[in-house]
Amino acid sequence: MEVNELRVNVWRGGADGRFQQFAVPRRASQTVLDVVTYIQRRLDPTLAYRFACRVGMCGSCAMTVNGAPRWTCRTHVDRVARDGALEIAPLANMPVVRDLVADMREFFDKWAKARGQFTPTRTRADEFAVVKPASRQRMEADAGIECIGCGVCYAACDVVKWNRDYLGPAALNRAWTLANDARDGGQKARLHAVAGDAGCHSCHTTMSCTELCPKKLSPTRSISGLKRATLAIVLRGEDGE
Amino acid sequence: MSARREARLWVVQRASAALLAFCVAVHLVTIVYAVRGGLSAAEVLSRTRGNFAWMAFYALFVFAAAAHGSIGLRTVAMEWLGWKKSTADLLMWFAASGLAGLGAQAVYAVVRP
Repeated sequence: MEVNELRVNVWRGGADGRFQQFAVPRRASQTVLDVVTYIQRRLDPTLAYRFACRVGMCGSCAMTVNGAPRWTCRTHVDRVARDGALEIAPLANMPVVRDLVADMREFFDKWAKARGQFTPTRTRADEFAVVKPASRQRMEADAGIECIGCGVCYAACDVVKWNRDYLGPAALNRAWTLANDARDGGQKARLHAVAGDAGCHSCHTTMSCTELCPKKLSPTRSISGLKRATLAIVLRGEDGE
Repeated sequence: MSARREARLWVVQRASAALLAFCVAVHLVTIVYAVRGGLSAAEVLSRTRGNFAWMAFYALFVFAAAAHGSIGLRTVAMEWLGWKKSTADLLMWFAASGLAGLGAQAVYAVVRP
């Protein structure tokens, strides 16, 4: 194999699949998504993978690259290849659909379970809510709001692996941004949703989510915020059920 | 019930951790200090027998350890052994009462006049 070639092991098939090796020419500024696209366009058109924007906005191209979940469109081969080799697999902690495509339904269903929906309290007839950019709540929300839902944190989370019901870092991060939204009317129900046995208290603060989040967010911080917020349930004895 | 219970266990876990940090520090410093004069059962007992302050301290230590350890075991049983919550709860109460009982017995043994 030439020096300017990458040896790429790519997961093929479903959960009981196996790795298949391809040789891909090395290019300057090559991303992992470029590598996968090359394989599908030039070497094997049956390879299934998912992508859309190619610029780190849509959150659809995350895969396991050399053992760690990453957004492939903005991961340069230079940074992750070891001795000219790459191993690319679908995201962990999710069922495999085929090849590099993971089934993200459960991941997103958990956003709904964590009450990740905005609950409006005003109508179009009311005045706009004024939220000061420098207020503590707005800054807490800002810190977590840029999540693109790529699933990297969820795939990296040990607690998700141990407890299939655990809501996961992304859903809890979303819940925390809404918990800091002064306009939202669903706070009590949300805190109860995230304080169950599969919620924020299950987090072990291992911080893999924060380490690997491509947007450099800290779901760990959001989860600890939720832990503090749910203290009210204990202190006030609110049951909510 | 689940939300309130989990939140409550988390608070107990956190609070007992803070107590343990304090108790372990005092315990270790005491060991280092006590060993300087040569370690013997008689020497330890002369310090603790009939001493209400040491009894209160070690009772608190035992209580914190029993609470902290048993809640942790419950989580380990659920996550690593795949136990059901109800079974893990039983383990938690068993471990808590066992640790608290044995600990209380030990505290009594060293401080009784």
